[in-house]
Amino acid sequence: MKYMLLIYGDEGARAHAPKESMTQMFAAYGAYTQAMQKAGAFVAGAPLQPTSAATTVRVNGGQTKVLNGPYAETKEQLGGYYLIDVPDIDAALSWAARCPGASVGTMEVRPVMDM
Amino acid sequence: MRDSSNDRARDAAERVARQSYGKLVAYLAARTGDVAGAEDALSDAFAAALANWPEQGIPRVPEAWLMAVARRRGVDAARKRRTGALASGHVALIADEREAARIEAGDIPDDRLRLMFACAHPAIEQSVRAPLILQTILGFDAATIASAFLVSPSGMGQRLVRAKNKIRLAGIPFRVPERAELRERLDAVLEAIYAAFAEGWSDPTGTEARRRNLAEEGIWLGRLVASLLPDEPEALGLLALMLHADARRKARRDAAGDFVPLDAQDPKRWDEVLIVEAERLLLHANAMGAPGRYQLEAAVQSAHAARAITGITDWAAIALLYDALYRITESPVVAINRAVAIARSQDPVAGLAALEAVAGDPRLADYQPYWAARADLLAQAGDRAGAAEAYDRAIGLESDPAVRRFLQERRARLA
Repeated sequence: MKYMLLIYGDEGARAHAPKESMTQMFAAYGAYTQAMQKAGAFVAGAPLQPTSAATTVRVNGGQTKVLNGPYAETKEQLGGYYLIDVPDIDAALSWAARCPGASVGTMEVRPVMDM
Repeated sequence: MRDSSNDRARDAAERVARQSYGKLVAYLAARTGDVAGAEDALSDAFAAALANWPEQGIPRVPEAWLMAVARRRGVDAARKRRTGALASGHVALIADEREAARIEAGDIPDDRLRLMFACAHPAIEQSVRAPLILQTILGFDAATIASAFLVSPSGMGQRLVRAKNKIRLAGIPFRVPERAELRERLDAVLEAIYAAFAEGWSDPTGTEARRRNLAEEGIWLGRLVASLLPDEPEALGLLALMLHADARRKARRDAAGDFVPLDAQDPKRWDEVLIVEAERLLLHANAMGAPGRYQLEAAVQSAHAARAITGITDWAAIALLYDALYRITESPVVAINRAVAIARSQDPVAGLAALEAVAGDPRLADYQPYWAARADLLAQAGDRAGAAEAYDRAIGLESDPAVRRFLQERRARLA
């Protein structure tokens, strides 16, 4: 089954983090992604630019409305994702727990609809 | 004549339903990941049995007959509802001839434990785990479960449906977890069983058949888990605890139907066979050297049961057991029992001091046993006014008329 691991965290705190801790986090993500690839679980994944770079689009009655900013203001923001393919939710949860983001924010695990 | 064969068919179907419901649901659900689909397929199969068996006679292996119909219905329903993995799961079930031959012979693998662990998965909302186990393994409907857990039937129905959907959509596995996770997950399974038992136990007269059944079903599930996991001391501990409590079922009421508290019960009215079995289980569990909550609670019950032989209750030992239990659970309910044991082994003032430690817990504001214990201790310490007030709260919170009468008598004795 495919699962989306959504990485939520406080992007404000991330922006103000000291350089060494950012380097460390970066390396941790590198190792994590590699482990996922070696295990054959990795399908896709990437970090996202902060919500200050987000734009929302909505089409209403044929009118396209473009707005600056994220869909919703939240305490923790979506900062990245992984798409993985594993046998069941237990495996997905183990991968989510190993994500470096899990220890500083919150991981949301969502099964991907089988089409 | 027709009526009697109808009755027999109905009886046979119901007997099979009762004995095999959970086993058949577990078998189908574990292979398709679809609990609701398994339940639907089985209920169709039972309806078909009630329609066909009076005409055609009861099949040689009723379980196999039901399973064959349920599997066909399962495939049809899966084809109608959705394509993809689930339907192919059902189709694979039919296609596997070796499996089909096993079922034909009535040799259906027992996957109930796997189903229980799926229901107790941490991805399932905690408050719905026990109800889900009761529904899938025992076949209780939402209304029965809701009345036992004192919640609205429609709310319970919705939560059960959501939980079953979650199992299917999130890919929750049907398996007994690995050693590392087993203890934690087993806790949820044992908790569900204990919740079922405790709900049933709270109706000691057995006036409400549904509740009484819950206590029996709790013990039945406890026996099942203990037999499937004989090396898990807590599973044995829970069964021992439930058997000890069950041994005293009759003694909780006198001839007039009045409530008899444990320390006033006549040990001759306790069920010796159950006590012996409980003691054997507890000894076996303790020998494994991994103490836990249920073993400690069973040890408390064992200490009470010892009065049948020694004639006295060792309250100091019971207070020590509750000490250990409180360190594990930090449960206010345990704190109350601990305070009562301290009062009995030392004096009421020491007991009240121990009770004071949890007095501020908001969960106790509407918890009858807290106010009853407090009232008893205040009365023993000579504070009549305080005791009367606490008895009033306890009386106001009690729903069982027999216990209410008992508390009212105690309050009347103050003056």
